[in-house]
Formats: sequence, C-alpha cells, structure tokens
Amino acid sequence: MSVPLPVFVAIPLVTAFLLPVFAKRGKAVATVLANLATISLLVLAIGSIGQSRVYEVGKWSIPLGINLVLDGLSSLLLLAISVVSAAAMLFSVRYMEQYTAKAKYLSLFLLMVAGMNGVALSGDIFNLFVFLEIASLASYALVGFGCGHEELEASFKYMVLGTIGSIFILFAVALVYGNTGSLNMAYISESIQNSGLNPGLAFALALFVVGFGLKAALVPFHAWLPDAHPSAPAPISAMLSGVLIKTLGVYALARVVFNIFGISLATGWLLLTLGILGMVAGAFLAIGQWDFKRLLAYSSISQVGYVMLGIGLGGLIIAREGNLAWASLAILGGLFHLLNHAVYKSLLFLTSGSVQMSTGTRELREMGGLAEKLPVTRATCTVASAAIAGIPPFSGFWSKLILVVAAIQAGYYWVAAIIVFVSLCTLIMYLKVQRYVFLGELPENLREIKENRGSMLVAMVFLACLCVLMGLLLTPCLRSSILDPAVKVLVDGVAYSANVIRM
Amino acid sequence: MKGMTIIVKTISSWVKVLIFLFGIYIILFGHLTPGGGFAGGVILASSYVLLMLAFGREFAEENLSLPVASKLDCVGALLFAAVALCGLLYGAADFFWNFIHQKYLMGTDYEFNLVSAGTIPLSNIAIGLKVGASLFLVVLALSIFRPEISGNKEE
Amino acid sequence: MLYALCFLLFMIGLYCAVTKKNMVKIVIGIMVMEYAVNLFLIMLGYRMGGVAPIIGRSDLESGLGDFLSKSVDPLPQALVLTAIVISLGSLALMISICIRMYEKYGTFDITQIRRLKG
Repeated sequence: MSVPLPVFVAIPLVTAFLLPVFAKRGKAVATVLANLATISLLVLAIGSIGQSRVYEVGKWSIPLGINLVLDGLSSLLLLAISVVSAAAMLFSVRYMEQYTAKAKYLSLFLLMVAGMNGVALSGDIFNLFVFLEIASLASYALVGFGCGHEELEASFKYMVLGTIGSIFILFAVALVYGNTGSLNMAYISESIQNSGLNPGLAFALALFVVGFGLKAALVPFHAWLPDAHPSAPAPISAMLSGVLIKTLGVYALARVVFNIFGISLATGWLLLTLGILGMVAGAFLAIGQWDFKRLLAYSSISQVGYVMLGIGLGGLIIAREGNLAWASLAILGGLFHLLNHAVYKSLLFLTSGSVQMSTGTRELREMGGLAEKLPVTRATCTVASAAIAGIPPFSGFWSKLILVVAAIQAGYYWVAAIIVFVSLCTLIMYLKVQRYVFLGELPENLREIKENRGSMLVAMVFLACLCVLMGLLLTPCLRSSILDPAVKVLVDGVAYSANVIRM
Repeated sequence: MKGMTIIVKTISSWVKVLIFLFGIYIILFGHLTPGGGFAGGVILASSYVLLMLAFGREFAEENLSLPVASKLDCVGALLFAAVALCGLLYGAADFFWNFIHQKYLMGTDYEFNLVSAGTIPLSNIAIGLKVGASLFLVVLALSIFRPEISGNKEE
Repeated sequence: MLYALCFLLFMIGLYCAVTKKNMVKIVIGIMVMEYAVNLFLIMLGYRMGGVAPIIGRSDLESGLGDFLSKSVDPLPQALVLTAIVISLGSLALMISICIRMYEKYGTFDITQIRRLKG
C-alpha cells in the first residue's frame, strides 16, 4: 500500500492533541486511542518495507519546498521505532497506573514518536532539526515524569546537555546554509561535491559530530545517559535506549556524514574511534554497577559503540578505496546490530520495570531468587540477556560475527580482537544480572510478591518472540528486502542526491 | 499571589483590551505585514499575563481557567491539522496544499487584500490560538509555587 | 568580522553554561548561546543597503528584478522564527524543572544536588 508519507508524522501528532480532551472522564478511551495509534503505525511501517519514494509537501517542488524521503535506511528505522513504541505503549497501560497524569504521559509519548518518525523521514536539514527538537523536548519532560528527587536531577542534566547539543546542530545548519545556499539535503550534497570542503564546512562537520554525538551518547559526551535512563519510567527507558539515541544520534550522523558530506579518511577514522571508545568504556563501567537499570544504561553506551564501529569501519573501507563487499558487510553488521539492540534493550528495560513494579527496588544486592515468583519475566529476561551477550542461535551472535568477519577481512585485526573482548565483558555483565536477580536466595521481604499480569506480559512476550525470530532476518529474502536497501543507501554515499532529485 | 496598587489595576484593565486587539490584528494580517501566528499569539498571551500580574493569580485563573486554556490549546492544534488534512482530501492533492487560493481566488485583483493567500490566514489563526493558550498555561503553571522546604527555612 | 563577534558571544554563553554552579545561571548561559546562533543565522541573510523582504503592490507592478536585487534574504528569518519558538519551549521546561528542584532540595546550587553517583 502506498500511503502519503506525512501520515507517519500526522497520526501520532493528531492523536497526541486529541487525548487531553478526554482528560478526566475517559481515561480508558485515551489509552485505547493511544494504543490504536501505535499499532496502526506498526502496520504502516511493515507495509512500507522495500519502497522508496519522495513526497513533496504542499506540491512545492524541491529546491523551494520541503520533501520527505523514504529510502532503505528510513524504512529500517521506521520499523524499529514502530515495533518498540507499540510494545512500550502496551507495557505502559498497566505500568503507568503508579503515576498520576496519565493522559499527559500518553500525549508526550506520542509526540516523541511523531518527532522520531519525522527525523527518520525528513529530506531537508532544518526540518530534521525541528523534528529532533520535538522528540528531544518530549523526552526531557518524560524523563522527569514522576517528580521525585532523582528524576528531576537526571532530567535537568539530560536537558542541559541535550540543549547544548541541539544548539551545536543549529549552528552547523546555519554554517551549511551560509556556505551552500540551500537547505535541502540533496542540493547541499550536490553543491558540496561540486565545490569541495572549505574551512566553514569542515567546522560545520565537526559541530555536527559533536551535536549528534551528544544525542547518541558517544563516549566523550555520554555523561547524561547513566542518570537519565534509570530515572525514567521503564517504558520510557525502553524507548530512549532502544530507539531515541539511535534515531536522533546514529541515524542523523550517518545521514549527514555519508550522504551529505561524503565519507573521507578522517571522518571514517573518527567514527571508528568513537565506536571503539564507546564499546570499551561502556563495558568496563557497566560491570561494576549494582543498580539494575544503571547497568543496562552503561550497556547501551557499549552497544551503540558497536553500531558506530560497524558504520565507521564501512566508511573507512570506502574512503580507502578498499573492497566494497567488505564495506557493505561492515555496514550490514552495524545496521543489523542497531535493529537487534533496539529489540533486546527495550525488552530488558521492560523486564526491569516489571521487576521494579513487583519488588519496589532496583538494587541488585537486595534482590535474589525471583525465578519462581516471576516466571514470565525471568524467561523473557533470560532470552534477551542471551541474545545481547551473543550466544549462538540468537541474532546478537550473528551481528557480532558479521562485524568480526568484516574487520578481519579488511585487515584490522586489532578491531576484531577488541570486539571479541567486549563481547566477553557483555557476557559477564549479563551473567551478573541473571545471578543476582533471578538465581540465589529469596530475601525475607520479597516473599509475597506476585507476577504482573495483563498487557505488561503481552508486550514482553511479543518482544521476546521477536528476539528469537530476528535471526531469521539474515535469510536471503528478508535480508534483501529489509537490510540490503539500507546498506546500499550508506554505501552509495553521495549518490543519494542524484536518486532524490531524479525521483 | 497578590495584585498591585489601584493605579496599576485601573490602567491595566483598560490597556489589556487594546493589547488583545493588537494581537488579533497581528494574527489576521500575518500574510501581508510582518508577524503572523506566533508573534500574534505571544501578544495575546501577554494580555492575560498582564491581567495576572496586576490583579493576582486567582483573578486571572477565574477569567481563563486551566482546563479551558488546555482545551483551547488542543483545539488550536487540531484546527491546524484539519487545515492541513483538507488539503489532502480536496482533490488529489497534498498535505498543506493551498486549496482555497487555487480554486476560488485566482486573478490579479485579489492580491494584497485581507482575504487572499488561501489557507495561510486560517493557519495563522490556529497557531495564534494555540500559542496564546500555551504561553498563558506556562506562566500560570510556573506561578504555582509549593514551598515545601523554603517554608521551613523562613522560621 | 561581525561573524567573529557572534562567535565570541557563543563562546561566552558556552563558558557560562559549563562553569557556573547556580542552576539559573546555567540556563541563562544556554539562552545566550541560543541568541548567538539566531543572530548568526540572521546575519547570514543580510545584504548591505538592503530593504525588508515585503512585497508591496508597486513592487509587483514594476517587475520584481529591482526588488530581488535589493532585498534581504527572507529564508533565515523564517528559520530564526522557528528556532525562537523552540528555544522558548525548551526554556519553559528548564525553568519549571529548576523551580521543582528548588522545592525539593531548597537550593539552586548544583554541587549540592548529587544524589546520583557512580
């Protein structure tokens, strides 16, 4: 089916403004509407796999108007966003009963989804900035949602760093406009290819890397993430860790560096280094944590490092004029890991939310032996931990294997060694989680807890089934429709502009 | 939050009407002179903020209460979405397509009048309504200060 | 030359946001940075001796070439309008978080608000 592209942004936006009308009386109606919105987005995203088109808003043609572009990379991200948001919205039906003001929560959640969809679809760089700001502002408000001490402190830190990142991005957009005279990504790319990089544009590229790095929690800029993700309510942590840092950070950075500026040796090495730093720092800092969600947050930093490493390695091979097959393989590993991590990390955060709702605590030392009290939570958490640590039949193993093979084939043996080492660290940290939360002895005060019921279980089981089935994404038919177009967009690089202008 | 002296109260009750009217003028003529939806909305909100500063928060809250402002906010946003959607439904056209201008008002005689430029005045009105209601809500919400800790420190 | 002054303002805002300890001063530093970027955007579109980009009836009748060669670029003005709206929303959220934190902790000093560690 071929829906007009603004529908992906319009559905959550209109629903978000329709919900406060039902403020006090119809809370059930509000929840049903919100879930309907996310499930319909999921159906539309699945229906738009493998298509690629350009939509001009208001029928103003391209250099004058704004366009929305759906290509392989955008449809991959739309799929990830809609899967995680549908699951998180189902989970929050029951979880958010602990908080008041649920209608405002649902509106903010839908605004965040609208902003992320807009970032994934935008074809104009200022439009990307505006949607990025919408999603960011909604997420700042959602992190501090229950107004306790820690949530407010975490929200303030997140907000200050996030706003500084957005200001850097705006400054870079201004520099790009001043140097090229256009705001449309295809025209900017064409103009940069014709005239080359002057110092203004190089400074703009550096500002973009810093700004998007602040949004994606790459390592020198990750300071907000270990505070913001644990303090947020569990479905919001799942959304933040699963899709927000990847859409606003990794996707936007890849789009700007590969399709607009064109990858070069310096940028390729920069992305590779940022990826490696993130992996190693995140893994080391995570092993020593005793707070369940804080450990998961540091593990997010590490896994985003994997994605940056895959993309950076592919870019470096392209810039070095190496074998394009290995570059495609590295980028395939990175993007597949992006999709995998979205599913696993959101499932892990949802299970931690379920554990927190039952036991009332997040400290690993206070839990233990919950295996017989919370059977479904334990099963799904084990599936997700095994998948993210890279145990063979699950798809985490395949994505890491692809990255290792690509690194070895390209001749970077030290990169492959680092990947294997960090995978070992990931295994250690998830064994720690399993041992302290589910095995061991049940403490005295937790003898009467019960399993959670209803929509929370449905959401967790849905994501767990996806975890198991994701390995099937590497079968040729699914890979060629979902993953290969995304890889091709990045490998083609600046041919993006020719494709968009021609369509 | 108390109000101010009687001089300020008298003058501001006359002036706020003029400010409100000026805000409506900026919104309606947004396609001809500088201004438009956002600037006009800020001016509308500032007339209510003047009311709040001069008379005290409770009076302003009676005048335009929190739930009503919240509903106006949503109505503004939904009106804007409806204008965009009508562009989609009207013929085989797109979101935000300027359908009024193309069908009803072609011809050089209609430039530079108040009723011209198609759907842009409608969008301006919707945005002005939304921004005015939102800013008033923000200032109202910020003025609710529950001193849990600072109350103890004053003793 | 003017762009360098704009960049200096940006650096002053960044310095203020990074080194100050009072929460409200950090917020003011961020606002100064936003003003600097908006100023930079508007200065990009400026043309020496230009007129405001508003078309009147006489401009339309006499042909647009004269107008186009003298007017200032209107696109950065639209961008700045959007950026001002966004920074207004972000400022409102930051100030409300500062107020709520004052209610809970009793101080605006961020070195004393350190419950999250590690």
